[in-house]
Amino acid sequence: MRKSILGLFQQPEPAADAMDGLKEAGFELGTFDVLTGTPYPEGAFGEHVPQHRLFRYPAFGAIIGFTLAVFLTSVTQLAYPLVTGGKPILSIFAMLIIMYEMTMLAGVIATVIGIVIESRLPNMQPGIYDTRITEGWIGVVITFDDESKVADAESVLNKAGALEIKHA
Amino acid sequence: MQQRRELDQVYTNRKLLNGQLDTPKWWLPTVSILGVVVLIGVVVIATMINKGLGVTGLARPVYWGLFITTFVFWVGISHAGIMISAILRLTQAEWRRPVTRAAELLTVFSLLTALVFPLIHAGRPWRIAYWIMPYDISRGIYPNIRSPLIMDPVAISTYLTGSTLFLYIALLPDLGNLRDRTTGWKNAMYTVLSLGWRGNPRQWKMQTVGGILLSALMLPIFVSVHSIVSWDFAVAAAVEGWHSTIFAPYFVIGAVHSGVSAVVTMMALMRWLWKWDDFIRPEHFDALARLLIVVATGWLAFTFLELTFALYGQDAPEIALREMQMFQWPWNALFIIFFLTAYAIPVPMWLFKRVRTNIALMFWTSILVNIGMWLERFLIIVPGLARRTPFVYTWEAYRPSAVEWTIFIWSFAWVTFLMLLFSKFFPLVPLFEQKESQVFTEDVMIGRAKIPAIIREAD
Repeated sequence: MRKSILGLFQQPEPAADAMDGLKEAGFELGTFDVLTGTPYPEGAFGEHVPQHRLFRYPAFGAIIGFTLAVFLTSVTQLAYPLVTGGKPILSIFAMLIIMYEMTMLAGVIATVIGIVIESRLPNMQPGIYDTRITEGWIGVVITFDDESKVADAESVLNKAGALEIKHA
Repeated sequence: MQQRRELDQVYTNRKLLNGQLDTPKWWLPTVSILGVVVLIGVVVIATMINKGLGVTGLARPVYWGLFITTFVFWVGISHAGIMISAILRLTQAEWRRPVTRAAELLTVFSLLTALVFPLIHAGRPWRIAYWIMPYDISRGIYPNIRSPLIMDPVAISTYLTGSTLFLYIALLPDLGNLRDRTTGWKNAMYTVLSLGWRGNPRQWKMQTVGGILLSALMLPIFVSVHSIVSWDFAVAAAVEGWHSTIFAPYFVIGAVHSGVSAVVTMMALMRWLWKWDDFIRPEHFDALARLLIVVATGWLAFTFLELTFALYGQDAPEIALREMQMFQWPWNALFIIFFLTAYAIPVPMWLFKRVRTNIALMFWTSILVNIGMWLERFLIIVPGLARRTPFVYTWEAYRPSAVEWTIFIWSFAWVTFLMLLFSKFFPLVPLFEQKESQVFTEDVMIGRAKIPAIIREAD
């Protein structure tokens, strides 16, 4: 398991200073991250703005849902061609309603799957953490391939005013 | 929005998780009493299924009565949830924060309850799957998708699935919070349910973007569901009072009226029971009441239009039905109560700010609205069937039986029971939304007034 350390701050400003310090000290983007108990405005900590592909998921889901709905509504009606009220067997308006609902349903399910995947969840070994983060503390977590840089990271966190540093 | 006070996150956790980390004194007795009522309801439902629908007051020609009325009522209640949650998220309305979860929950539990009614109304519920699923490949018989009775379960299932997933995704950060505050089996449960939530910028971004995306997807579903429920009636050409082209929007706006009122009822109860005065404030009731005035007046316009269109054609059976609905005993009494409670009493009261910010008055007026909206559904469904028409060889006056009333009462106990059970394990107010509100708020001085200003991201 890779070594990681967590610096804890009570205010956003020193946490942002620590993030800046880590960048200046040559730590690569993606090796350090900030953990908060509430959403902060994007870029509040000078963090790497995450890219995502969430918008593709509902479109993908909708296509699957629509295809399944076309199949369900047409094949089942053709398989049991009972004329009711003089309406055509493939009654487009009625089919559209089922198609609409199934398209939306698959779109929603795909979006939820997308949110989970793009959030990098489920993550049953989330690594170093502190429960005070959900009480308003801010964590700056750094993961190392090269353990020789631990001291540099600690120095940056201390300089920024970390109230506590945890190791894992 | 000047009533807020600064709250730190430890206090927010302690107050809003008081239902999960402690058990309020009233909780167990209330849940026990509700549990008994639920049990009685289940026994009565089982008895009805065993004996047959003869134990109800349903008889020729009124085959749709209290059960279908209550079904439409609960589907209507469910509409507040996603409407409030989705519209307020999309418009980034600041006052949404304590409202959204309660509204989403109401959607899920009232839909679950609504689904029970057509099931038991069918008399043989185990056969209902035959209506709604492609079920018998060997015989080649499939459900008729041209019937609204097929479209309806498809739409409601879509709405229920979407709402449940929406609720779960928005719960993730709070599940992470509960994981951090618990030990033992509860900690294990929240660890699994939170999926390893940590609160990094990527996860928060997905919460924000995903929440908006899901809101945008759920809104068209919400509109479609009650439209399709209305078609259960509107496409039935043979029943006067049902066959109306405006039923879809009329039902949707009526559902929003009753649903938003139910959210007001629920928020008042939450404030009183869990003592969340710091989070559910008079300003939230004020905002909901303003919304309700607009919705209720829109709904009144549709009610007026429905009557106008019915009478304008000068169709004798239609006029006879309206005459019966409004001027014949006992329908006239019900009609007067419906009009007074759904609009004439509450809406003029809400025009006054001292009423809108008085939580007790808001609580009682919101209950009045739902009495009226239940009666509205009853007056749409039953008189059309009960009116004496030619070629019907027998008539029975419809009087709901004790069995029907018991199951009706069961439905309210069941929704409340589910809500209270949920509140024991999951927070009813989204904590991260409350905390975000604190982070995004900055006091600014304008002259000598200190105003809490909300900071909003550029995009």
